Amino acid sequence: MTTSGKTASAAYLRTTVAPPERPPPLTSGPLAWLRENLLSSPLNVALTLAGLYIVYVLVPPAVRFLLVDAVWTGEDRNACLVSAAGQPVGACWAFVASRLRYFVYGAYPDGQLWRVNLVFALCAAGIVWLLWTRAPRKDLGAIFFFGLFPVAAVVLLYGWPAIGLPHVHTSLWGGVVVTLVVAFAGIVVSLPFGVLLALGRRSRLPLVRLVSVTFIEFWRGVPLITVLIMANTMLPLFLPGNMSPDKLLRPLVGVALFASAYMAEVVRGGLQAIPKGQFEGAASLGLNYWQTTRLVVLPQALRIVIPGIVNTFIGLFKDTSLVSIVGIFDLMRTIEVSLADPRWATPVTAASGYAFAAIFYFVCCFGMSRYSIAMEKRLATGHKRQETDR
Amino acid sequence: MARTPPVQSPPPDRGDATGSWLYNPAVRGAAYQVALAAAVVLILYEASTNAIENMRRLGIVSGFGFWNAPAGFDINQRLISYSSTYSTYGEAFWVGLLNTLLVASAGIVLATVIGFVVGIARLSRNRIVSFLAACYVEFFRNIPLLLQLYVWYNAVLRALPAPRQSLSTADAVFLNNRGLFVPAPVFGEGSGLLLVAAVLACAAIAVFGRWARRDQDRTGRQHATGLVSLALFAGFMALGWFAAGRPVTFNVPDLRGFNIVGGLQIYPEFVALLLGLSIYTASFIAEIVRAGMLSVSRGQTEAAYSLGLRPGITQRLVIIPQAMRVIVPPLTSQLLNLTKNSSLAVAIGYPDLVQVFMGTVLNQTGQAIECVVITMLVYLLLSLLTSLAMNIYNRRVAIVER
Amino acid sequence: MTSAAQQAGQSARHLGGAPVIRMIDVHKWYGEFHVLRDINLDVARGERIVICGPSGSGKSTLIRCINRLEEYQKGRIIVGDVELTNNIKRIDEVRREVGMVFQHFNLFPHLTILENCTLAPIWVRKIPKKEAEATAMRYLERVKIPEQAHKYPGQLSGGQQQRVAIARSLCMNPKIMLFDEPTSALDPEMVKEVLDTMVSLAMEGMTMLVVTHEMGFARQVADRVIFMDQGQIVEMNTPTEFFSNPQHERTKLFLGQILH
Repeated sequence: MTTSGKTASAAYLRTTVAPPERPPPLTSGPLAWLRENLLSSPLNVALTLAGLYIVYVLVPPAVRFLLVDAVWTGEDRNACLVSAAGQPVGACWAFVASRLRYFVYGAYPDGQLWRVNLVFALCAAGIVWLLWTRAPRKDLGAIFFFGLFPVAAVVLLYGWPAIGLPHVHTSLWGGVVVTLVVAFAGIVVSLPFGVLLALGRRSRLPLVRLVSVTFIEFWRGVPLITVLIMANTMLPLFLPGNMSPDKLLRPLVGVALFASAYMAEVVRGGLQAIPKGQFEGAASLGLNYWQTTRLVVLPQALRIVIPGIVNTFIGLFKDTSLVSIVGIFDLMRTIEVSLADPRWATPVTAASGYAFAAIFYFVCCFGMSRYSIAMEKRLATGHKRQETDR
Repeated sequence: MARTPPVQSPPPDRGDATGSWLYNPAVRGAAYQVALAAAVVLILYEASTNAIENMRRLGIVSGFGFWNAPAGFDINQRLISYSSTYSTYGEAFWVGLLNTLLVASAGIVLATVIGFVVGIARLSRNRIVSFLAACYVEFFRNIPLLLQLYVWYNAVLRALPAPRQSLSTADAVFLNNRGLFVPAPVFGEGSGLLLVAAVLACAAIAVFGRWARRDQDRTGRQHATGLVSLALFAGFMALGWFAAGRPVTFNVPDLRGFNIVGGLQIYPEFVALLLGLSIYTASFIAEIVRAGMLSVSRGQTEAAYSLGLRPGITQRLVIIPQAMRVIVPPLTSQLLNLTKNSSLAVAIGYPDLVQVFMGTVLNQTGQAIECVVITMLVYLLLSLLTSLAMNIYNRRVAIVER
Repeated sequence: MTSAAQQAGQSARHLGGAPVIRMIDVHKWYGEFHVLRDINLDVARGERIVICGPSGSGKSTLIRCINRLEEYQKGRIIVGDVELTNNIKRIDEVRREVGMVFQHFNLFPHLTILENCTLAPIWVRKIPKKEAEATAMRYLERVKIPEQAHKYPGQLSGGQQQRVAIARSLCMNPKIMLFDEPTSALDPEMVKEVLDTMVSLAMEGMTMLVVTHEMGFARQVADRVIFMDQGQIVEMNTPTEFFSNPQHERTKLFLGQILH
């Protein structure tokens, strides 16, 4: 290098600026990446080979089963039998297709399906309104989603003969509809109730605190399935003799209580993150407890815990499958029941039904978890901005 | 774990001359509490009077008299002696509880091992390994556990061949749709000596460990404690084995006719539940482990390296002790979740506490309240004990921290 | 500026035979970004060098190359008589002899102050515990916080933590000390106690490379001040010359910004 300084002596002045150069070959670019990340040591090479082997073992058979060898059309089991197709048979999507109506709507009467579809549409609109960060008037969205929509959904699904909607008994509901009803009832009840419980747990009144803590810890301490069985067997006992709660309503009560306890802990995390100065600031403005809570604390706390709420909802959504154990026809149960149908009895029927369920749950849960992660990132950057502002 | 901040006490009441007592916060607080207490008491009173009335109407006699009544149903997997001909409902409860504890403890070990392996793989610099680990996590934690159990039980284990066509290894281990058959150890005379040998080995390992640490403190020499411990254990066990004259024999399973005879049968329900629980919970543990390791800042590694510590020792003495503090509390709560989730056994017919007691016993006796209360109390007790242990751990760690 | 310090600086430089650090034509890239360019630097035994420059100029990266916390793609670095290569043994050898103090202290929060100081001597130098503790106490006394030995880092102030970090490095008995902005994360009232410790270390003839913006410190103890910009050494001179008579435009600009 001609520009090198004579470093042994004390003084040195750079006369010409060294321009940025390209890195030498094999230290950057895809080849370097390969060497760095996959082949940097013998152990790393071994790991790479092992990883590739796992991919080789898992991916091609999965693709073959789900797509290449899958049977897409057919009237009955004959379509999905090896002998009929004359080649190895993958997933029997024909079975899923023929049962799809049952998986989605259960036994809901044919002429009334528009009601379910309308509920789906309203639900989707509410979700977009609330979760899309740039949507206007979130407060109206919340009133719609947590206030109007549940009422509308009940009226539409259950019926109201006075306005021309005939009753559809809950025993006819099934599939995805029930799964969504259970999950939605859980979130609609648990969010406000969870907020109250969380506030109660941080109350300065000892009895309020005691009741909240006992309630929360009780439901968090027992498995959901025991709660569901309890709701099924004990709820009728606790109500006045002639009242026999609807079969679908019982697990809904159980799920709602259970979810409230978990939601309360999530909200409590948010409440704890509110700095003390916020309470002091509100007090110095002369706000009382409920004003402070409603106007200052909750808006901040709930925003912080949106990811936590979504995560709780993911858990709740997966847990709705447990209602199938106590005899409710949710998606899981409709699939289990369909698997026993002799008209579709083939070696691949069970695997196909489960694959369909797995895809449904995975798409929903994975989507929600991505959303929650994105929100977390947004929140994190928002906080950073606040810090640098100071 | 966050902690509740100290409760602010209300300001001293200075008897505002002009204000009504309605605006006194202490009075208001008391009113709230009285209202709440009244509501709780009312609900409890209503529920219990309704329950008493309903049970009278339905002819249910409450009480725990059924506990000692003969059960009359069979349970295939049992850790204590039990038979439909002479056992009681009480004994059925213990069989169920032990089965829950068995699958939960096996699951805890398996899930922790898989979770740590996947979590560390997730942090691997090898992109293929970390990508596969990420796929594992996302796949298994986004599908309901119940569905996974059905898949393991109905699609995987049921698809295994019939006993006649068992998959077998060395004619000693058989796998078929009735379960896994492995040689059952039969402890003959002198087996006790093996136990003694094991105890001695542990003692020797403890003594060696102490000596090694002292010796390092004194002279600076480092010892391969792990290897020596392994050798000590193997040596003592071998010694005990031969000294007792090879006391343990194995009852090897054997294919006879249409079934497998002898050996230890591990039921497919158990295998499915264990696999499902472990694999599902491991996906959560992996994320906890990853977050824990990432919570230790890069500066810690750099400081250790700049002091000349090798990567292995840096992990052992600097990174892992710090990561464990972050990992242990959520890990415990996941393991508690695993224990609670083992109640999904009821879906595939594994005779755990819920399946036996809240299922069969409840249905046979009709003692809904008693069965539900007892079962829930068991889980509550487990949860409370766990959170108690966690609080103690957190307090110890917290003191050390600051 | 004390003339004694200046004297010590001069003599140390003249003492040096072979340099203890040689950086020859070192280049480093982060991906496509050329972060160190054409670095040539010899450091004599006992020499104190202060490196300054705007943020992102590569000064931290430069000293982190010396104990191989950063890899470089081109050029050679020789520390003592060991040339740094990808050989792990050599990297270990260098790291044992080169201490480093970080901006954010990087004390081990789960260990007491004493354990922080004895960890490396016990596990790297294989020194008996008693002996390591005695050495550690000696250095803790030197940085004037022996009474904190059994506390945890979280219980100490920033200045105290940084002094512990210096003591921790000294316990390995290093031949060279690297300081990466040791005072920039400190509250103003704590800067002096750390600088005092560093000055006394300099007085004892430790070879030091210090990345800092504390120009008072540079005037007082440095033998040479290096100004870096855009990954290059732009100007290098004795502190007197450097501050009174900067040559390069960038140096002038930089000094103008920080000396007010």
